[in-house]
Amino acid sequence: MTHATATADMMHPPVPAEPGSGVYSNKLGMWVFLASDVMFFTALIGSYIILRFGMTDAWAAPGAVLNVPLTAFNTFLLICSSVSMVKAYAAIADGKKYFLRPVPGKVLRDGGLKFWLLVTIICGAMFVGVQVFEYIKLVGHGFTPTGYREGSLVAEHALSDPIRYGAVTGAMYGSTFFTMTGFHGFHVTCGVVSMLYLYFTKVLPEKYSAQDYRGIETIGLYWHFVDLVWIILFTIVYLI
Amino acid sequence: MTTAHTRPNYMLIWVYLFVLTVIEVGAAFLSHIPKHWLILILVFLAIWKALLVALYFMHLKFEPWRLRVIFMVPLPLAAILVLATITEKIW
Repeated sequence: MTHATATADMMHPPVPAEPGSGVYSNKLGMWVFLASDVMFFTALIGSYIILRFGMTDAWAAPGAVLNVPLTAFNTFLLICSSVSMVKAYAAIADGKKYFLRPVPGKVLRDGGLKFWLLVTIICGAMFVGVQVFEYIKLVGHGFTPTGYREGSLVAEHALSDPIRYGAVTGAMYGSTFFTMTGFHGFHVTCGVVSMLYLYFTKVLPEKYSAQDYRGIETIGLYWHFVDLVWIILFTIVYLI
Repeated sequence: MTTAHTRPNYMLIWVYLFVLTVIEVGAAFLSHIPKHWLILILVFLAIWKALLVALYFMHLKFEPWRLRVIFMVPLPLAAILVLATITEKIW
C-alpha cells in the first residue's frame, strides 16, 4: 500500500460526487456561477480599459482623486478575510467546530470553524464599511458618478491642474469607477450576508462536521473569488 | 484509490499576497519606472496574486481537470471580448 492510498484526501469532503464533473452538485453550481461572474466583471473591466485607453485626453493620475493608502488597507483586509475563510474550511475539515481552544505550552489558542468564520465576517463587514466611508468622502469632495461636481474641491483642483486630475475625462472616470467598485462592493455585501446566515443557522448550531462541510466550501469559493476580483480591480482602478 | 493531497501552508500564501501588494503600491508610487513598463509590471503582479488565490485558496490546483476547465472556459472568451473591442479602430 502506498502512502497515497493510506492518507485521506484532505482537499475534498467525503460526500458523493456528481458523475462527470467529479465534484458534488453545490460546488459544481458555484463554479458555474463563478464562470458566469468572470464574464460579468470582464465586461465591466473591458469597458473601462476601452474607455480609458481609447481617450486622447488625460485620465486622472493614480492617487490624485482616490485615497490609495486607505484602499491598500482595505485590500489587506480582504486578503486577511480570504485567509481566515480558508482557515475556517481547514478547521471544519479537521472536525474543529469550536471557537477557541487552549493549546498546552502555547500562548496562542487553536481556532475552530466558529472563530475563523467570525473573523471572515468581521473583515468582510469592515471592507464594506471602509468602502462606504470612501464613497462618502469622495462624493463630499465632489467626485460623483457623473464626474466632478461644479464648484467642489475636486473641480477646483481639476481647473488648476487639468492633466493630473483629468479634467476633460472626469465624467467617464466617475461613472466607470463607481460602477466597477459598486458592483464589487455589492458582491462583498452579499457574501457577508450569506456568511452571517450560515453562521447563525448552521455554524453555531454545529450542523457542519468533518463528514459534511459543503456549505462552508461553497461560500468559501465565492468569497475567494470576490477577493480575486478585487486584486485585479485594485491594480487597474487605483494603481494604473 | 484516491489521490492524497496535504493542505498548502495558507499563512505562507498570505505572506506572499501581502508582500506582493506592498511591492505593487511601492512600484506605483515610489518608483520612476516608465509608464508602459509600470503597467506591465503591475498587471503581472496582479495576475500572480490572483493565481495564488485561485490555485491555493480556491484549491483549483487540487481539483480534477474537468472542474478547472469550467473556470478556464470563460477566460479566452473574456480575452476575445476585450481584444476585439480594443482593436475596433483597426477593422
